Amino acid sequence: MDLLTWTYLLVGLSFALYIGIAIYFRAGSTSEFYVAGGGVSPLANGLATAADWMSAASFMSMAGIISFSGYDGSVYLMGWTGGYVLLALLLAPYLRKFGKFTVPDFVGDRYYSNKARVVAVVCALFISFTYVAGQMRGVGIVFSRYLELPIEWGVVIGMAIVFFYAVLGGMKGITYTQVAQYCVLIFAYLVPAIFISMQLTGNPIPQLGIGSAVADGVPLLDKLDGLLSELGFAAYTSGTKSTTDLFMITLALMVGTAGLPHVIVRFFTVPKVKDARLSAGYALVFIAILYTTAPAVAAFGIYNTLQSTSNQPIASLPPWVQNWEQTKLIQIEDKNGDGKVQYLADPVSNELRIDKDIMVLASPEIANLPNWVVGLVAAGAMAAALSTAAGLLLVISTSISRDLFKTFRPDMSEKKELRIARLAAAGAVLLAGYFGINPPGFVAEVVAFAFGLAASSFFPVILLGIFSTRVNREGATAGMLTGLLFTVSYITYFKFVSPELNSAEHWWWGISPEGIGSLGMALNFLVCFVVSWMTPPPPSEVQQLIQDIRIPKGAGKASDH
Amino acid sequence: MPPSSSHMKQYWKKNLQTLVILLSIWFMVSFGCGILWVEELNAYRVGGFKLGFWFAQQGSIYSFVALIFVYVVRMNWLDQKFNVNED
Repeated sequence: MDLLTWTYLLVGLSFALYIGIAIYFRAGSTSEFYVAGGGVSPLANGLATAADWMSAASFMSMAGIISFSGYDGSVYLMGWTGGYVLLALLLAPYLRKFGKFTVPDFVGDRYYSNKARVVAVVCALFISFTYVAGQMRGVGIVFSRYLELPIEWGVVIGMAIVFFYAVLGGMKGITYTQVAQYCVLIFAYLVPAIFISMQLTGNPIPQLGIGSAVADGVPLLDKLDGLLSELGFAAYTSGTKSTTDLFMITLALMVGTAGLPHVIVRFFTVPKVKDARLSAGYALVFIAILYTTAPAVAAFGIYNTLQSTSNQPIASLPPWVQNWEQTKLIQIEDKNGDGKVQYLADPVSNELRIDKDIMVLASPEIANLPNWVVGLVAAGAMAAALSTAAGLLLVISTSISRDLFKTFRPDMSEKKELRIARLAAAGAVLLAGYFGINPPGFVAEVVAFAFGLAASSFFPVILLGIFSTRVNREGATAGMLTGLLFTVSYITYFKFVSPELNSAEHWWWGISPEGIGSLGMALNFLVCFVVSWMTPPPPSEVQQLIQDIRIPKGAGKASDH
Repeated sequence: MPPSSSHMKQYWKKNLQTLVILLSIWFMVSFGCGILWVEELNAYRVGGFKLGFWFAQQGSIYSFVALIFVYVVRMNWLDQKFNVNED
């Protein structure tokens, strides 16, 4: 069978599977719609969390980013996994014991204030919309590259699928679909990685292959250091970012990960506090399988690319280079007319431009794998994008139906609430699709926003809400607003107002906009403490609530109380 | 029988001690070995890896996984000991 047939077949089969699961597990009550009835096993929740978390960016782009930034790329590897330690140890078990449906629920109740709840809802909506637009775009890109459809069509098909299973299935449908999507995406990621590792280093385990020697006996990483230095790039294992910036970006990504509402809400779906802890562990195992493979894919990818292009005659480049040249993801321009490719750090004489997504998308062809593997990678990328989009859409619909409507119309019937949740999910799908087709020019920039906001708004107030009985309504509201305003202003200034000043010498203490969420978080903590101590302590029933969430006994299912 | 408040304070104190120890390790394997001391550690090698680079791209992640499972086991034990388990 040819490539296109295989791709249609595998992508089509995976879609049929997701829809089948969604119909079987569709939600019938608000509790099932919001938190899958609180009956998901820790293992299933771990799998679903992993799929929910790993987006189109993790699947398609992360390895490529590492390929081209080497050691600097470690911030993503550590940042996007280390956050789970914070989540498991500091947040998940207590929020599960608290036992409601959303993050704004917790903020509103713990800080006995609907104003604080509304600030939390606004953050949750902003973070989720930012993210979901990127996912829809990802679906469109996969469709256009593998199925030869226009991006717009890809986005529309992706919207239809997500619409179907998120709106119908709610959290219950999404959870079991995500379990299936995890299996598809991890299989699709590992198969090419294992084959390439075997071909390059003789070791079938990519995590060990990256530390092994290539054919001439020199360790792969040393070989890369040498090759890249010769061409004028920084050595692969040293990087160019300052230590301060590496530190702050990693911290912002970790804390941001722990504060992302679509990840937190997954821990409301398990039956017990114990299960919340355990399922965070499972989630990180499943995430780590991909995240420890990614640096190997990155190193193999850049090595293969250098070997097959750098200083090679343009006329005899391998077929995969020619294939991807047609999609413009690889561009070659023979500037000095010597008939060879010069890949150089200097942009004036460099003749090769490679899109970062190549490292994963072209990996089956680089390794000469059969056509069905290419189809598998397409289905995997789609699974990664759809599962994350669905999780985000659920947060958006829950925020609207529950945190806004239900808060101000508490006597609303469950049936009506469910209808509003479904309508909100439908509206969110349409809006996300619109942004997928007409992406704002700054999709990449807004990712810094999402993590910065989660780090500087949610994380400190949730953490202090659990670990301090003294922090009060005034402190939390002031802290959230300070962290938020500071982070938004800094990012807006360097990304949109004066992008020409966005370089290390203009940054405060050398902290890039990507890492500024760490400072925003510190400010939030500081303001929260100072204001709390100057104002009266929380009322005694809130004190009681805090004592109660610290102890696992008597959790019960997540409910409306 | 409602657990006495000093009993609960003891449980909470043990919990906080566990967190401090585990989060110190969390900080050391990532921010420490992966970022702050990466140059020094890169002088040592494990197989084809420089040690600091290995921590930044592999070792820290394995450590994170281990930390969560240690936490799970430790907390289950504490819950049992202080009789605050869910039914």
